[in-house]
Amino acid sequence: MTPRVLDVLVVGGGATGAALLRDLSMRGARCLLVDKGDFGTGTSGRNHGLLHSGARYVVKDEISALQCARENAVLSRVAAPAIEPTGGLFVATPDDPPDYADGFAAACARAGVACREIEPAEALRREPALRPDLRRAFAVSDGAIDPWALIELNLRSAVHYGGEALAYHRLVGLQLANGRIVGAELADVRSGSTFRVAPRMVVNAAGPWAGRVAALAGAEVTLTLGKGALIVLDRRPVDSVVARCHPPSDGDALVPVHTVAILGTSSVTVHDPDRYAISPAEIAHLMALGDQLVPSFSASRVLRAYAGVRPLYLPRLDELQPRERAGLAADPAAAEALAAGRIDSRRLTRAHRVLDHGPRDGIANLVSIVGGKLTTCRLMAEETADTVAAKLGLGTPCRTADEPMGGADGGRPYWLGHRLAEREVAGGGDADLVCECELVSAGDIERFLDERWPCSLDDLRRGTRLGMGPCQGAFCTFRAAARVGERAGGRAATATGERGLLVAAGGPSPVEIGRVADGPEPPEPGDGPIGPALVDAALVGFLEERFRGVRPVAWGRQLQEAWFEAGVYLGVLGVDALVVDGQRPCLPEDGRAEL
Amino acid sequence: MTPGAQPYLPPAAAPPLPAAGAAVIGLDVVRLAGFTADACLKCNVCNTVCPVARVTDRFPGPKYVGPQAQRFRSDQARSPQSARPQRVPRSPVTPLSLLEPPARPGGPGRQTAPRPLSPDLTVDWCSGCGFCTRACPAGVEIAEINSRARAVLRVQNAAPRLAGVPLRRRPLRDWALGQTDLLGRLGVPLAPLANAFLGSRRLRSLVQAVAGIHRDAPVPRFAGRTFRAAWRRAGHPLPRPGAAVSVGADGRFPRPDRAVVYFHGCAANYQEPRVAESVVAVLARNGLETIVPDQVCCGLPLISNGYYAEARRKATRNIASLAEWAAAGYRIVTASTSCGHTLKAEYRTMLDLDDPAARSVAGATWDIMEFLADLHESGRLDTQFGSLAGPGGTARPLLYHAPCQLRSQGIGLPALDLLALVPGLEPIDLDHDCCGVAGTYGLKEEKYEVAMAVGAGLFDKIRAVDPARAPAAACDSETCRWQIERATGRPTLHPVEFLAEAYRAAAPSGQRPADGPGPSVDDRPADARGAPPEPGSTASA
Ligand SMILES: Cc1cc2nc3c(=O)[nH]c(=O)nc-3n(C[C@H](O)[C@H](O)[C@H](O)COP(=O)(O)OP(=O)(O)OC[C@H]3O[C@@H](n4cnc5c(N)ncnc54)[C@H](O)[C@@H]3O)c2cc1C
Ligand code: SF4
Ligand code: SF4
Ligand code: SF4
Repeated sequence: MTPRVLDVLVVGGGATGAALLRDLSMRGARCLLVDKGDFGTGTSGRNHGLLHSGARYVVKDEISALQCARENAVLSRVAAPAIEPTGGLFVATPDDPPDYADGFAAACARAGVACREIEPAEALRREPALRPDLRRAFAVSDGAIDPWALIELNLRSAVHYGGEALAYHRLVGLQLANGRIVGAELADVRSGSTFRVAPRMVVNAAGPWAGRVAALAGAEVTLTLGKGALIVLDRRPVDSVVARCHPPSDGDALVPVHTVAILGTSSVTVHDPDRYAISPAEIAHLMALGDQLVPSFSASRVLRAYAGVRPLYLPRLDELQPRERAGLAADPAAAEALAAGRIDSRRLTRAHRVLDHGPRDGIANLVSIVGGKLTTCRLMAEETADTVAAKLGLGTPCRTADEPMGGADGGRPYWLGHRLAEREVAGGGDADLVCECELVSAGDIERFLDERWPCSLDDLRRGTRLGMGPCQGAFCTFRAAARVGERAGGRAATATGERGLLVAAGGPSPVEIGRVADGPEPPEPGDGPIGPALVDAALVGFLEERFRGVRPVAWGRQLQEAWFEAGVYLGVLGVDALVVDGQRPCLPEDGRAEL
Repeated sequence: MTPGAQPYLPPAAAPPLPAAGAAVIGLDVVRLAGFTADACLKCNVCNTVCPVARVTDRFPGPKYVGPQAQRFRSDQARSPQSARPQRVPRSPVTPLSLLEPPARPGGPGRQTAPRPLSPDLTVDWCSGCGFCTRACPAGVEIAEINSRARAVLRVQNAAPRLAGVPLRRRPLRDWALGQTDLLGRLGVPLAPLANAFLGSRRLRSLVQAVAGIHRDAPVPRFAGRTFRAAWRRAGHPLPRPGAAVSVGADGRFPRPDRAVVYFHGCAANYQEPRVAESVVAVLARNGLETIVPDQVCCGLPLISNGYYAEARRKATRNIASLAEWAAAGYRIVTASTSCGHTLKAEYRTMLDLDDPAARSVAGATWDIMEFLADLHESGRLDTQFGSLAGPGGTARPLLYHAPCQLRSQGIGLPALDLLALVPGLEPIDLDHDCCGVAGTYGLKEEKYEVAMAVGAGLFDKIRAVDPARAPAAACDSETCRWQIERATGRPTLHPVEFLAEAYRAAAPSGQRPADGPGPSVDDRPADARGAPPEPGSTASA
């Protein structure tokens, strides 16, 4: 079979990749986007969800600050349904260095980041849960982003312009000839089958995995992976983004996102983007941080904890911008390291970089986009697309900042009460609810399955917020599993790599091809015994995934909930007797000693 | 105090207060009712006890409108105090587009989020009976959460007002239902006219058309004279607001061990002075004088109709008056379970009045039956009741309904125990959750059918007993009495009225009770039990 010819293959379906697919498709290029998992399962699905105003960066990283300030306004306009314009407060507490606030205000003014000092009393009126002994408060334009909604908006728009996107397709190999990529091997991770495409250009938007993707073409991209852990409260003690006015240490802020509030982050360097854990020390650190902002924080209910890795690009010496070079030279330790040929990454801008591997590595049609933020994903896509378009000879300019996504009437910003109001206006009632906490109805589930089948409960979660509320799946898991089972017509199945990812048995067996650069592979279908019903796999996979996030914060009310859930699934349904993938499920009972 | 004499009760001490700032600095959000939603385990127990969800599909139940919906409410949509009225058109169902905040006007420098409005509609079907809160194993204050959400809805749908009176039908109706004081003051002087008006079906249809109060719903008749007026006429003092409490030999009032402070509330003042008279008589029989302090409506009808700010004004005045008595060591009794529950709990849970004065009032307040049961417990209740047996000495069943406001107080069902002391009475607990009316809920045209369905089982149980055997029923709450009476035709009285009746049927007081509880009663100086004043005779004039 001759490989399909494409203009651009985009590798990585995070916020950046999705925005890029849209941008290039709008410019008229024939593009395919692939992700090895579901869209938004990388860093884009594991971050803080803060739409930066730029204020966080004004003091130390003006480039990032300016980009954020600009993109904040752009995204609020073009991606309104994915954004809640909560507004933000930077508060100086007695625990913060008193002079920082002055420098902060001055830097905002210098950088043109909108910022207005308000009386602490006014801040408390706006957010009564804040600690009452605030010294100073600054109102900024921070907001909240739903990354999955943002990706969804981008993908829908891209598809409208002729773009194609494939989830669960991994780039496993690149064929090079004469300094050009001539072919790309894609593996369908659910069936194991592979196929080849022939792209004129390849863009590496693989986030923390960008080094591995570049390595498939023999190029070297060095990333410093900074893990950040976050904890999720079951409700919003504040309706604005609240951050502390002190030197950015861990980017500590409390962000109201949908029905929950997310506090983060810690920052720990890790080496493998697929393997990292959250330590009790990190949780303790975050709880203390929360109490410094909202006094009742540690008495509140914590739903779960999760972590993501920030892919910080470590530039080669010749890639340093003049401004960065000056910054490094100004700091004695960094200057010394620089003289020795090393770069102190803490002094670098957090802004993204577009790497053209033609001049850099002699691979004419490979471009990587590294670093950056969720807030700036559109800008990252624009700059990357400019480079790609120039190489393809496309003259069309970028239009992503002008054309709103989400249609004429869908252009309203997200509002917390939306789901409830929608139900209420439609007559209210809970009879058809599958997930009661997040108000996900049977209709919502069926609509998602219609579009995306086959998919896992975890995909359903990202698409609908199934199981993301306080009960963390206690009631919705079995209800949703039953619907997935109905769809599958009761066919036998097994779970591959990521638990809960479903593979219909009887599909083509996996073929080993190309160089697998992604390190240890999860077991492929066929490795383990095939057998348990699809529903079992869905149920167990999702329960395990939910419980993994609960485990680090299993105390108080969430521990009660975990026991309640254990009663439902272990006591009533006997889920612990199921064998999926040759293993017994890893559910709370196993953790008894720990709990 | 006379040597050897025991006070009938230890003086009420205000509950100990936590040292200021002891717990956490700042607003202790965890303790506020709305934040108890945090504790919800999604167990569904509340859904199984909700009387309204039992009878109508229009109400999705406590779990959905309570802890679940709470997560979709912003601070504005949670707390009536910070909610601001919004312009919403008058259609029965608010279109979604109007519930949403306006699109964010783009451009830099916009600092605050659009203020979201209430996302609620169905929470309006919650009657506020509180069964859910009492059943929740996790301590979620569901009914309280719902009440606040309803109040926000009310603020959102606020109508323009003229001299404080809302100018639209439903808001006017809800506001008027909260004005028990005002209605009483207007209705009592015009009692014959007002009662004739309320008794006319034609005119009630008119009221329904104009004001949305169902024409078949129970509304009480006004008394010819208020209890307070009768009390004053009988020569008793009525302390004025702000009058300092003067106690003891040179003061106007008997000492705290010789008297109790009586919060009569609205119904016993304007509609049922006979209940107040019974309270006074029963207390007198037990050697206790009644002090009638300055007071206004407790505010509950305002709270449940969403008028929190006005309720707060009433509450503040009551607390200012009652706290003085509480501080002087007096017990405060009330025969209205609604008032009792409000004084004890709702000032704190609903109106956020949680200062030491409010807490001391809450700590000193007793339901009259709770108070009498406590007297009995300590052997100080005069149990010389006359028989209330039927003709030929047959014991009569007394059908008793325990109202929700009583159950919310967590004091058991003291009336059942006390009524069992009366010879010839066999109190029977009707054991039905709710009569449906829930204060003013069942009066509203759109709620009437639901309220009647909620109470249907109760009414059936009452109708099943021959009126010849059980001529009257008993219930501690006035609105429930009116509802039961209206639905079944069976006269329904406060339990204290039966006790007063039984005392009247007995030999005059002063004799040693046959089953005398102990020497301490006899040890009391005679003046402690002295001859009861006779307010009943004057007040019933
Ligand atoms: C803890 C934390 C908090 C953060 N908070 C914020 C914040 O509040 N605001 C903000 O603006 N930014 C924040 N960020 C930064 C932001 O999340 C990231 O910069 C952004 O999501 C990166 O998106 P991306 O699309 O570039 O990468 P990713 O989302 O990681 O996407 C890369 C994708 O590539 C796929 N992939 C990898 N290898 C292959 C392959 N071989 N074949 C196919 N697909 C492949 C992966 O599955 C993945 O989906 C935070 C980051 C972290 C870690
Ligand atoms: S207060 Fe009563 S009516 Fe309202 S939800 Fe609770 S049980 Fe139901
Ligand atoms: S009874 Fe309490 S814990 Fe159970 S669902 Fe209702 S509110 Fe939640
Ligand atoms: S109306 Fe009566 S029984 Fe019904 S909810 Fe109230 S007090 Fe309870």
